[in-house]
Amino acid sequence: MDFEFSAEQVAIRDTIRELVQDRVSPRAAEIDRTAEYPKDIEKLFADNGILGIPFPEEYGGISGSSVTICMGIEEIAKACASSSLILAVQALGSYPILVAGSEEQKKRLCPPLASGEQVAAYALSEPDSGSDAAAMKTHAKKHGNDYVLNGTKQFITHGSIAGTLVVFAQTDPGADHRGISAFVLERETSPWTVEKLEHKLGIRGSPTAQIVFQDVKVPAANRLGDEGAGFKIALAVLDRSRPGIGAQALGIAEGAFDYALNYVKERKQFGQPIASFQGIQFMLADMATQIEAARHLVYRAATKVDTKAQDLTKVAAMAKLFASDMAMKVTTDCVQLLGGYGYISDYPVERMMRDAKITQIYEGTNQIQRVVIARALLR
Amino acid sequence: MDLELAPEHASFRAGVRELAQGVVQPIAAEVDRDHRFPQEAIDAAAESGLLGLLVPRQYGGAGLDALAFAICIEELGQACASTAVIVDVHTSVGTEPILLFGDEEQKRRWLPRLASGELLGAFALTEPASGSDAAALQTTARRDGDSYVLRGTKIFITNIGHAGLYVVFARTGPDEKAAGVTAFLVPADAPGLRVGQIFHKMGLHGSPTGALVLEDVNVPKSNRLGAEGQGFTVAMRALDSGRIGISSQALGIGQAAVDEARALMHDRGHEKSKGDDGVLNPPVGQGDEFALADMATRVESARLLAYQAAWLCSRGLPFTRQASMSKLHSTDTAMQVVLDALQIAGTEGAVSGSPFERHVRDAKALQIYEGSNQVQRLVIARDLLRAG
Repeated sequence: MDFEFSAEQVAIRDTIRELVQDRVSPRAAEIDRTAEYPKDIEKLFADNGILGIPFPEEYGGISGSSVTICMGIEEIAKACASSSLILAVQALGSYPILVAGSEEQKKRLCPPLASGEQVAAYALSEPDSGSDAAAMKTHAKKHGNDYVLNGTKQFITHGSIAGTLVVFAQTDPGADHRGISAFVLERETSPWTVEKLEHKLGIRGSPTAQIVFQDVKVPAANRLGDEGAGFKIALAVLDRSRPGIGAQALGIAEGAFDYALNYVKERKQFGQPIASFQGIQFMLADMATQIEAARHLVYRAATKVDTKAQDLTKVAAMAKLFASDMAMKVTTDCVQLLGGYGYISDYPVERMMRDAKITQIYEGTNQIQRVVIARALLR
Repeated sequence: MDLELAPEHASFRAGVRELAQGVVQPIAAEVDRDHRFPQEAIDAAAESGLLGLLVPRQYGGAGLDALAFAICIEELGQACASTAVIVDVHTSVGTEPILLFGDEEQKRRWLPRLASGELLGAFALTEPASGSDAAALQTTARRDGDSYVLRGTKIFITNIGHAGLYVVFARTGPDEKAAGVTAFLVPADAPGLRVGQIFHKMGLHGSPTGALVLEDVNVPKSNRLGAEGQGFTVAMRALDSGRIGISSQALGIGQAAVDEARALMHDRGHEKSKGDDGVLNPPVGQGDEFALADMATRVESARLLAYQAAWLCSRGLPFTRQASMSKLHSTDTAMQVVLDALQIAGTEGAVSGSPFERHVRDAKALQIYEGSNQVQRLVIARDLLRAG
């Protein structure tokens, strides 16, 4: 079995690869150091159609395939994990519309996202509701043709810069997860407040916001699916976005590995390149094997998303779990291969190690992935 | 066999813990955030006599043993990894070489000032092209009458800029390898000595690390430590003890992560888990509990290995292999434990200011410095194969 990428997918990947080498890679260290959102790179991606990848052509995009999205995220993450989230979160914030939106909603809401005119975000987590998403307190009350939203969402990637925000809120507070509904907030007409931005271990160029809704009006026409369908939508979206986090982890690991591989060939100790020592060679062999295994799992999961396979929930969770654990281990070992140089910020691998950690945590912690996998096995 | 700490070690630990938790721990997050030298922590350690821990009483120290040293660094490391490495480098590789290889005049001249904390010690071995291959160092010491003239650049020097005395290794002889290396005591105010680049690191932000540049620094013969050509032996013996210190620092970081994860799980109500209601439950259950059990077990095993190495050293028995095993195991353990603790904490642990993310950034250095864990494996394997 092989993953045959279409000629079109390969062309998209090559375009991204070139752009990343020329424009993203030289900015990565600075983006990390200053912890500033790279608006220039967002524009670069928008101008080159990269933000249209998550959308089919009829909604203004160029693909809509999970495999293509993963290829894009992987390429960008090799150089800059923060920048890879520009594509990954555009996909995450748009999936609810693509998965659960009506034809009218898709036609209306998707084109500005596909063109990059608007940034999308996805607001599920709350201060007291992380892995336990059903415990959310944000609520939406119906008043005529509108809903009025109140509540606080936590750790919202791009929550501060998004123009289109998918929010999950209780419409029937007594009904637990069966009372959750999904809404699309357009910032101009349904403005939210950014309460604070987090400083983080890694992905420092990707803003993570706490956002607050205070009597925010949302037209009923922007509710996705039925009342009470929100939790199902949230889980269906995460099934589809998890291979993307796997792809991000894969890219981070590959970026670190490529750098370390060159380093050990050039660094001489004891009169020879350190790559000539078996201790180092065994580390390289293990890392490359782990990366290869993760790559296959990620693209297998992405293929399952595209073919709407029965077991996509399980395989998507496996891909996210395995690739992110792999990335943490590989990047930690890459720092090790560079020794003292690996630990200082003049070299990129310590940034990649810091960036890798979040892939084990967000879009469902790896503990949650294990729960999901185990349930699928035992069902 | 007795694995109980002697009463004097137990009471010593209690004293250090009080200082570490009272003075050092409260500033740890700020020291990390601001990349600030923890001066008040070092002052407090000096006042309590910790900076002269291994120095005999006749030279103004406390005259304690390697196990006390291990306990001290473990307690400091639990509070603040930066403070721990500052004290560790000062005490072991920065001061101990004088204890072990200095002549009487050198001991009288330098040890009281190091023991009181008037001078902070540092150790300058690594160079840009000479890391694991320490014997390939290129800094030269040219004999000039009753002096030596030192020239070269040292990098990754802990306590850079704050040290009053550097133990510097340089090449005196024509011999290309270890046999040509000599150790020198170089005061920070020696003309020609300057601080080069200060490195921006992933972690240990309170502990300055940088380059030491020696531009024709005149060092009197009386500051030569040991004989010409004995420098590599001095360095290796110093690093043996230093590895006990790094093991202890790793134990401290690992224990802090275990304690913080345990407290967090307690707050989340792990002891009263919910049943399965068909939806994703909160992460209350065996997964994190098994992780916590593994973390605590690993730290405990690492502690026993570190104390064994310290005990052998205290008894004057060979301890090179155990020190390397301990450094390897403790630091690998710390790395794994801090990553697992952050995983339990989740996103809130990855936010700056959280101890969980700080531990991750701090712990990585330990697998690298004072001999990377690859070098430890070399030391252990060679020792095993030599033993037959």
